[in-house]
Amino acid sequence: MADQKTLAEPGGDAPYRRMTRPMEGRLLGGVAQGLAAQLKLDPVVIRLMFVLLCVAGGAGAVAYAVLWMIAPREPYEGAPPPRDWSQLAAFSAIGVALLAFGWLTGASKGGIGMLPFAVGGIGALILWQQADPERRKGWVSGATKSIRGNRVRTLLGVTLVVIGAIGFLAAEGELAAAQPGLLFTGVVVGGLTVIAAPWLAGLWKELQLERRERIRQEERAEVAAMVHDSVLHTLTLIQRVAHDPREVVRLARAQERDLRNWLYQPAQDADATLAAAVRRIAAEEEDAHGVAIEVVCVGDMDIDAGGRLAAMLKASRQAMVNAAKYSESPTISVYAEVEGDEATIFVKDRGKGFDLDAVPLDRMGIRESIIGRMERHGGTARVRTEPGEGTEVMLTMKITKD
Amino acid sequence: MTRVLIVDDHRLFRSGVRAELGDSIQVVGEAEDVETAVKAIAELQPDVVLLDVHMPGGGGQEVLRRVLGSGSQVRFLALSVSDAAEDVIGVIRGGARGYVTKNISGRELTDAIRRVADGDAVFSPRLAGFVLDAFASSEAPSIDPELDSLTQREREVLRLIARGYAYKEIAKELFISVKTVETHVSSVLRKLQLSNRHELSRWATARRLV
Repeated sequence: MADQKTLAEPGGDAPYRRMTRPMEGRLLGGVAQGLAAQLKLDPVVIRLMFVLLCVAGGAGAVAYAVLWMIAPREPYEGAPPPRDWSQLAAFSAIGVALLAFGWLTGASKGGIGMLPFAVGGIGALILWQQADPERRKGWVSGATKSIRGNRVRTLLGVTLVVIGAIGFLAAEGELAAAQPGLLFTGVVVGGLTVIAAPWLAGLWKELQLERRERIRQEERAEVAAMVHDSVLHTLTLIQRVAHDPREVVRLARAQERDLRNWLYQPAQDADATLAAAVRRIAAEEEDAHGVAIEVVCVGDMDIDAGGRLAAMLKASRQAMVNAAKYSESPTISVYAEVEGDEATIFVKDRGKGFDLDAVPLDRMGIRESIIGRMERHGGTARVRTEPGEGTEVMLTMKITKD
Repeated sequence: MTRVLIVDDHRLFRSGVRAELGDSIQVVGEAEDVETAVKAIAELQPDVVLLDVHMPGGGGQEVLRRVLGSGSQVRFLALSVSDAAEDVIGVIRGGARGYVTKNISGRELTDAIRRVADGDAVFSPRLAGFVLDAFASSEAPSIDPELDSLTQREREVLRLIARGYAYKEIAKELFISVKTVETHVSSVLRKLQLSNRHELSRWATARRLV
């Protein structure tokens, strides 16, 4: 576990974020991916690290299990995506190969003595991950700038390699005796690196390319799904109801709104903030009545727990319904504004308007659902209308934090 | 008679606009991308260019950069299906004198063109909302207080536009003349184009990431 704590340090400069286990792209429990995201490293490196630690005394398995338990699963909607079994098999194969190697060379008998090896290996992996083609070019050209940004991580990698090597030798108690052997080992490793580096670099590059391609394909699939599910569907519907212009307009508007939301609006929880809730109500009433409702929002606030904004939203919905049903105006303008602790919603139409005093007392729409409701919750509602001049309903509510 | 050039990459849309515009407007030409637009503007010298924001070859902003960069006095009215903040703020800061969305009615569009031709600015409710939002927060120290904030009156005018009021209705509401309303809107446009408020640029892009 100590190893992971050290590894977690470089992430410290970023704002603290709790580690989660993503469902998408997980191989086992998503722990390696979550950790990778947390440390801004490649998941492959983390996975190899776990494999290495598993082989070397089983610490990896314990660490994995512990992390699995403490890291919450990332929320994911729909059926969990299938795992990439081929990758899992590949990592298992690496583990088995390492185990066999350890057993053959007798290194595994060293038990705890293998740990330094593992630490060294992890360090090397981190170093390797740093060395993507562009960064390597940066190194060659002597541009120290690119390294400076990741100096901490690079330093950590180097330190781990050195500590691993020294620790191993110290554990074996032959640090002094190993000096000539160390030299030759260094030469051999150097030689192997020189031989294998271009090939490994090529492999790495290919892997990156492949991943980018996969991401692109996933994006395209998402767009295709969106177009298919909504746009094509709506176009078909429009052809079928072509004789009913009202319905055609309604369908087209609904589809336009959907597409706009998807393209331009951040994903919002419609019940969390005032602006999102107003947009949703407008969309629902637009759908129900086939009248275009244009919404403009300035500022935003969370829906209060006291239910005052909820009451205001209900009143605004009633105002929209009235305008859509009775005003005969082709469009309705809704403007929601939050300034300081005051929320205001305007609902305006350019329809035929009416005489407010002539509205019979038993008509619940305006008097009860709008004015009464606002006043009961400590807000105010004003209605401005005149026959032929359209109608504007103005709702104001003060939200004091309590 | 106002002479107008329509720049849009959708032929159907161009002919639609042509049919909808009132008698006081004369469409002198059409262009379908940045290259043809720049050439047509130089040749025809229209009073107003109806400019689509998204087009092949760099979009409306590229047209603005090349035409206004060469010192031309042609006036632009941006017309787009997009109501994304960075598009709207982008073309306005690029030099367009107004922004309307394509679902605008023919009568309103005619009105908007006439207004731009007269040197005034045209704000859609949504653009007014964007501006109110962008000038609302006051965390950053302002470099030029005159440019970096709106006057109370300008705020009132913008708020009424956002509420769906026409200029005439705003004038009646605030007991001022339509000309004064236009002056206020033009002044807001100038601030929008010249202000260095970093909220303006940052906000427009951040809006998508939030």
